Amino acid sequence: MTDGTIFFLIQLLNAVQYGLLLFLVASGLTLIFGIMGIINLAHGSFYMIGAYLAFVFADMTGNLWLALAIAVPLSFLFGLVLETLLFRFLYGRDHLYQVLLTYGLILIFEELRSLIVGNDVHGVPVPHFLDFSIPLTATLSYPAYRLALSAICLAVTALLYLLIQKTKLGMAIRAGAFNREMVQTLGIDIGLIYRLVFALGVALAAFAGMLAAPTTSVFPGMGNQVLIICFVTVVIGGIGSIKGAFLGAMLIGLVDTFGAVYAPQFSGLLVYALMAAVLIWRPAGLFGAAAR
Amino acid sequence: MSARLRPALLGLGLIVLIALPLVAGKFGLDLAARIMIMAIFAMSLDLLVGFAGMVSLGHAAFFGVGAYALYLLSPQYGAASLLVSLPVAIAAAALAALVIGLLVLRSSGVYFIMVTLAFGEMFYYYATGARWLGGSDGAYVYQRPSAGPVDLGQGHAFYYLVLIALAATYALLRVILRAPFGHALRGIRSNEHRMRSLGFAAPRYKLLAFVIAGALAGLAGYFDAAQFGVVNPELFGWRLSGSVLMMVILGGMGTLDGAIIGAAVLVLLENFLGDLTTHWLLPMGLFIVAAVLLLPQGLTDPAALWRAMRERSRV
Amino acid sequence: MSEPILRAEALGKNFGGLAAVRDVSLDLSPKQIHAVIGPNGAGKTTLINLLSGDLTPTTGRVFFRGIEIEGHALDRIARLGVARAYQRTNIFAGFSVFENCRLAAQARRQPGIRLFRPALAYRDINDAAGRAMALAGVESRATDRASDLSHGEQRQLELAMALATEPQVLLLDEPLAGMGPEEASRIAALIARLGADLAILLVEHDMDAVFNIAATITVMVDGAVLASGTPQAIRADAAVQAAYLGEAA
Repeated sequence: MTDGTIFFLIQLLNAVQYGLLLFLVASGLTLIFGIMGIINLAHGSFYMIGAYLAFVFADMTGNLWLALAIAVPLSFLFGLVLETLLFRFLYGRDHLYQVLLTYGLILIFEELRSLIVGNDVHGVPVPHFLDFSIPLTATLSYPAYRLALSAICLAVTALLYLLIQKTKLGMAIRAGAFNREMVQTLGIDIGLIYRLVFALGVALAAFAGMLAAPTTSVFPGMGNQVLIICFVTVVIGGIGSIKGAFLGAMLIGLVDTFGAVYAPQFSGLLVYALMAAVLIWRPAGLFGAAAR
Repeated sequence: MSARLRPALLGLGLIVLIALPLVAGKFGLDLAARIMIMAIFAMSLDLLVGFAGMVSLGHAAFFGVGAYALYLLSPQYGAASLLVSLPVAIAAAALAALVIGLLVLRSSGVYFIMVTLAFGEMFYYYATGARWLGGSDGAYVYQRPSAGPVDLGQGHAFYYLVLIALAATYALLRVILRAPFGHALRGIRSNEHRMRSLGFAAPRYKLLAFVIAGALAGLAGYFDAAQFGVVNPELFGWRLSGSVLMMVILGGMGTLDGAIIGAAVLVLLENFLGDLTTHWLLPMGLFIVAAVLLLPQGLTDPAALWRAMRERSRV
Repeated sequence: MSEPILRAEALGKNFGGLAAVRDVSLDLSPKQIHAVIGPNGAGKTTLINLLSGDLTPTTGRVFFRGIEIEGHALDRIARLGVARAYQRTNIFAGFSVFENCRLAAQARRQPGIRLFRPALAYRDINDAAGRAMALAGVESRATDRASDLSHGEQRQLELAMALATEPQVLLLDEPLAGMGPEEASRIAALIARLGADLAILLVEHDMDAVFNIAATITVMVDGAVLASGTPQAIRADAAVQAAYLGEAA
């Protein structure tokens, strides 16, 4: 293979890795909307919180895996608490108030982050045994951690698929998305499902932040950047559709990565152009039902 | 507010604002001008959110276009012509709103919220990378615009022009809201499908509302750039879009007066809290969360607040 | 019979794999009441939705005064003069009864965007709204909120809104449902009177009313037309009796 082909393949790997990471965040956002009907602006904050948790615990324990083992359950718990204290009061309320409350939450999370860990940019070291690059040609190589990251994301995606397609909880989740009353007549506690789904969404976003931390560093405002791109993802894929979120995330990964290489002067704008094109072609997104 | 009380309060407010330069110092006038600029911005959004039911989270995009228009029309170290730059800024914002509106109005509801936010951020990211706009650091507007004897950098000219703009915006919105156009917008907010089945071309009404709101946001942005003498990408950003939405909702949407009150409360709060702590957004965030949980009707309807509290205490 | 004002040609509508309406052709003539009857689920409401533009047909065409309606945009069809009263009351719940009718009249008389003159200064619109309220019998509730009306009164308001658009074609989806017997017979008489000027498509379960006021009756079963003809012919039709009227006839 020529260097050009290898370079192309490297970009492809980057695009897939970005897309997979984005999917982990966007899937929670779309699940929470699809099932509970809640638009959550604070979803990007969970990504940010995950990244900072990884930073703090990796710093403390010196081991990213250990940090993950602590931080993932912690963020799931955090989701349970948030749902119980705040989000459950938003069900069925006007989207306007959901926007307002979750906007307030962003401010709170950002300020707390600033109070606790400050506004500096931090790096999170790559785990030692993955801290090498795989040489591909004389000049090109690929970092092992990024490959591992993609593999982990793929594994989580597969688990998510199994959870939703094959388990009883997944069936209830899917039924909840389509018919709330039916779930209740089946004798399933809808409140519990909502709580679990919300916490799952929080944990997924936080997990993505933790995985991304060693590759992107940890910085203020990282949550909001992700939130916007997640919205674009969900708009492209269709709100409430996991399949759509996956496709949207992959498309954005490709467009953003290859845009930065082949059309750097427009790179930031291409994903929005993609969204505009989808809006013109299919206003409800690629896999969306009619807009709610 | 009762039908008799409102005109009286409005008249009183206008007189106070006209007379303010007699008693207030520079700090007070700057603060009052800031409130009035934000009030114009908030009223423009109220037209969308409160009357047409279009919750835009990207309204700052047009504010930013107005602000950057003044920057681009100002000579390097000189003053822009007021008579040229003001209309051009408004027209530029209106044009941006037309283009964005044609795209975002293909969606509705929660899609609309997400799409407007995304397009607003598109402006932000573009500005951070665009050298002709000063990049992420922004750029200075060294002198306020002027036209013949009227120099916004001198005396109280800027303050009074902003006051005139505020009054004109208020009057214009009142007129179009009372006209068949405004009645149709309310109908669309209440039940868009029924409006269409009656024969209204609802998308055209919404697009025009979006353009008018964008133009007025551009007017506010123009004054913002003139007041502070600086533009930066934050003017397009979601934080400003969010805080103007906050003004509209906390003041009580769909009233115009509420948007003015909301703007005053938030600007004052920002000033007050900002003096106390650099982390003033924390109490602000807590305030917003508490407001959503406790006051579903906003702040301008004390009766509703009273009812809500009574009902809560009963539960 | 004069030239039809609204004509459906081989209309079909599928939802997923299910054919809700199959190959329905139908003519609406001016100054005539054309009733569509049939058991629940026969596709009557879907048919109205196809004619009004609420739904786009899967197959077939609709003509208004001989010109094909393409694109089937809801508001465009309404502006042609096709008004619709919904089966599930579809009003502006937070507005006054008058404002509900005034908006309907505005849609007819000022369909373009009017930005400056106060809405209430358009006398002709106010008058048209007033006439519609009087016809449908809701003028005494003019200043009340629509959501405060009883179910039957909301049905009357629904009809008043359709009338306020001063239509040429009126599509009525069970206008009598939910009304008390007195009000129902009053509205049935009103529909009969309106039939002297307008083309009316009437979907209704009240068989007495239908056979009294309709000039033509189409019977739908399972999304398709079973029979179509004068009330006498329909009453005598063996297939209709077997499939639908049965015990009633």
